[in-house]
Amino acid sequence: MKSPCESEGIFFASDALHLKEIFDPFFLKILNISRKVQSNFTPIFALSMEGKTLLTNTALNYTLDRLAFEVYEQHIDFSNLAFISIQPRGLPLGKRIVEKLSILVPDQKILHGALDVTFYRDDFRRREEVLVPSATELDFSVEGKEIILIDDVLFTGRTVRSAMDALLDFGRPKHVELLVLIDRRFSRELPVQPDYTGSMVDVVKAERVKVEWTDDNTNNRVILFSSDQ
Amino acid sequence: MTKLSTKHLLGIKNITSEDIHLIFQTADNFKEVINRPIKKVPSLRDITIANIFFENSTRTKLSFELAEKRLSADVINFSASSSSVKKGETLVDTVNNILAMKVDMVVMRHPNPGACMHLARHVNCSIVNAGDGAHEHPTQALLDAYSLREKLGDLTGKKVLIVGDILHSRVALSNIFCLQKLGAEVRVCGPATLLPKHIESLGVKVMLNLKEALRWCDVANMLRIQLERQDIQYFPSLREYTMQYGLSSKLLKEIGRDDIIIMHPGPINRGVEITTDIADGKQSIILEQVENGVAVRMAVLYLLAGQTKSAL
Repeated sequence: MKSPCESEGIFFASDALHLKEIFDPFFLKILNISRKVQSNFTPIFALSMEGKTLLTNTALNYTLDRLAFEVYEQHIDFSNLAFISIQPRGLPLGKRIVEKLSILVPDQKILHGALDVTFYRDDFRRREEVLVPSATELDFSVEGKEIILIDDVLFTGRTVRSAMDALLDFGRPKHVELLVLIDRRFSRELPVQPDYTGSMVDVVKAERVKVEWTDDNTNNRVILFSSDQ
Repeated sequence: MTKLSTKHLLGIKNITSEDIHLIFQTADNFKEVINRPIKKVPSLRDITIANIFFENSTRTKLSFELAEKRLSADVINFSASSSSVKKGETLVDTVNNILAMKVDMVVMRHPNPGACMHLARHVNCSIVNAGDGAHEHPTQALLDAYSLREKLGDLTGKKVLIVGDILHSRVALSNIFCLQKLGAEVRVCGPATLLPKHIESLGVKVMLNLKEALRWCDVANMLRIQLERQDIQYFPSLREYTMQYGLSSKLLKEIGRDDIIIMHPGPINRGVEITTDIADGKQSIILEQVENGVAVRMAVLYLLAGQTKSAL
């Protein structure tokens, strides 16, 4: 079966299938031929006005499945673990990961909270507009827990830094990990690395990566916008 | 809309209803913050705020100071009684001297109406009015409306009665502007001598009979008789005022309205404008008002500070 990522003509180094393709010259050859044949192939930098789709609904669903399995592999027991989504954009991702995990471990209760980091950001008074905060919903204690922070796109690492500050104001977790859907590599301004990564993308700083969610999960996607869009 | 339309908070009159909604929305988040085990966020850590109080205050001063500290701002306090104001320094000079020590924001209470407006024209920093004479007390009006919104939801069409010394009250004026901007209907009630002459020009109906007024309203905001501002006798005696305009549970039962929400901006003169059983009763939201005061003031300071660019 052809991977949906492949049909879009993009490499994701984290995707095991594609790793093989990148490092196996024979595979690469086949891929190059198949690319030429593909009619819908568009190179990553040829951006249309609507933005370029990096992950389609099906591809995104596979990625979510893999992320859930990766978390499950590391933490068989969920009794002392809690997911905390960084508001606002980490929340839909967190919900879906927790949904997938609750199918994997139906007998375990999975804690999921939302953390707003607006008041902990380091760009306050350095941007044009004041950021409007979202709600923090943590109805459990983080003291001594294993925490997995969730956000959709990891870019400069500054949001994650402020999330760690915000989290530590609620107690002392035993262990904090980071799960992201998209890792924008080589754009980090702080030494922050994810523990679970959906996909890695290499895009220039001026471009924006946006994750769109639909309530019924029929048209979730990751889109790349160029700087002028 | 993520920005206030103004650089200062001088009065409710000069801000829009969008500003008020933005302040409320931000205050919701701060209310959650001040109920956490660690009630502090680092947002304003590079800001110094001067609280300049030319007039006595407990609640407002403490509330502002707590709000500033919970936003991690550096705070300096200044009260006129122990300062060079007594030596003849002008207001603008005093404030400019404080600003020369690298202060970013000023919270000021002053006995003269318009003092903050005057200051805003002459100094270069954000100013928050914490009460200027009988003019405005914007943060009190915001926390009153915020507490009401928490209790009643949307304020559109709600009937709010303000009872007492309207003439000397900055809380009344700010409350009228604020509630009207949120769509509520406001009426005032009190002795004719304590009602400003042209109050009806603000779209506020005057009621002289407390019983009738209570039958009409959803909310009663009982103001304190400000004896310290009254240079002449406006009514024969406090006892007579209490008989005519004091609120008691007996009175509420008599007219069958014990569902009215009771507010008071403090300090309460128990037994004068309001009896003890009402002040501590279940319809009273007086302590909620005080709690919300910190959250609303945090929101105001946060939003105003966010508009000034860092010097870095």
